[in-house]
Amino acid sequence: MKVLRYLEDVSTLELNGEKCTGCGSCIDVCPHGVFCIVGQKAFVADKGLCMECGACALNCPTKAIEVIAGVGCASAIIASWFSGKEPACECAEDGCKPGCC
Amino acid sequence: MSSHTTNEPVKQVPTKLAFGDFLGAWKARWGIGRMDYTIKPGLYAVGKPDSESPVLVSANYKLTFDALRKNLGGLDCWIMILDTGGINVWCAAGKGAFGTDELVNRIEKSDISKYVSHKQLVLPQLGAAGVSAYEVARSSGFNVVYGPVRAKDIKEFIREGYKATEEMRMVNFTLWDRMVLVPMELVPALKKSLPFFIGMALSSTFLEKPFGKADYAGLAMAIASGSIITPVLLPAIPGKAFSLKGWIVGLGGTAALVGAFGGYRKGSRILSMGHLLLFPAVSSYLALNFTGSTTYTSHSGVNKEMRKALPLIVGSAFVGAALAIGAYLFRSDK
Repeated sequence: MKVLRYLEDVSTLELNGEKCTGCGSCIDVCPHGVFCIVGQKAFVADKGLCMECGACALNCPTKAIEVIAGVGCASAIIASWFSGKEPACECAEDGCKPGCC
Repeated sequence: MSSHTTNEPVKQVPTKLAFGDFLGAWKARWGIGRMDYTIKPGLYAVGKPDSESPVLVSANYKLTFDALRKNLGGLDCWIMILDTGGINVWCAAGKGAFGTDELVNRIEKSDISKYVSHKQLVLPQLGAAGVSAYEVARSSGFNVVYGPVRAKDIKEFIREGYKATEEMRMVNFTLWDRMVLVPMELVPALKKSLPFFIGMALSSTFLEKPFGKADYAGLAMAIASGSIITPVLLPAIPGKAFSLKGWIVGLGGTAALVGAFGGYRKGSRILSMGHLLLFPAVSSYLALNFTGSTTYTSHSGVNKEMRKALPLIVGSAFVGAALAIGAYLFRSDK
């Protein structure tokens, strides 16, 4: 199946190879197959597919991964300009959808 | 102290959905009462689970709960429902509601240790954006195993010894996935555009040369382009930026409409120019808003796209509207 891709070279994802122990947690949680394991280390195989959900960083036991997690949602970002808060899914309002975020 | 739920019997849940569940799902998809479409957090039983049975963790949005249980036919297991405020797993994980603290808290509250002898919880993979598996293990002693993304793969996942295939780990965004989201794109778009439709209709009552069919049709077409056609045909439309995709579809539709209303003839060209600037911009904006419903757009990406696209959208819409209105005000023919 054709994989949908969004803008390339924008993700804030960073993997520190020195801290990585190759446990594979990032591979288990990444919904877009961004990582791969070569030898005993994880590598970023396809950064362009990263959607910055933050699951990898949250589940990396050695804190080898850093990413600024956030919502890829235009309405949330526009709302945050007015509210001055961090963009967040406002699922309580009608702008959010059952399958969103 | 912590055992106030001990005497409450664990509720048995069927794995077949009833008519009311389908009706409820349909209403939720259209946004009718969907924030109240919840189930009670806590422990549920599917089949005849015992102390060895797996524990599946999920969210208290009923659409999520139904999607899970209908895929558990023939299985004996426990379901632990977290309080996510009636929001699906992925959304709730992003907000932290489906998160480490709530899970650790629910392990305690539900007295799961009294029902099972093992120390393993199966979480939906998309919950990982809110849950830190190693921190849950540290705080509760329970090991988190991330299951497949989709509930339909759970039985195979368990059969294969709690191993997910690569395919089970990938989120996709199929035609069907996109189609079920259309109502919640369309309803807010219609709500937002209602004042414009009303304003146009009202102005017809006191202006000599009111808005015509081409205006109403153009606005309706722009809404359909941005909130129906672009989401549904997403992969087939050129470009990666959503605003560009929406603009292309909107431009195609507007160009066709202008032709259908004879707008390329001399005398209607200023109005048509206005339409060609205004309606694709509306479609582009609505398509940009679809980013929040997709499964693959990043925050950095949407931010970058908006910084580039929004000034163009606003500028184009403003100039287009000015031209269209100007064309009416200064039209000499009767």
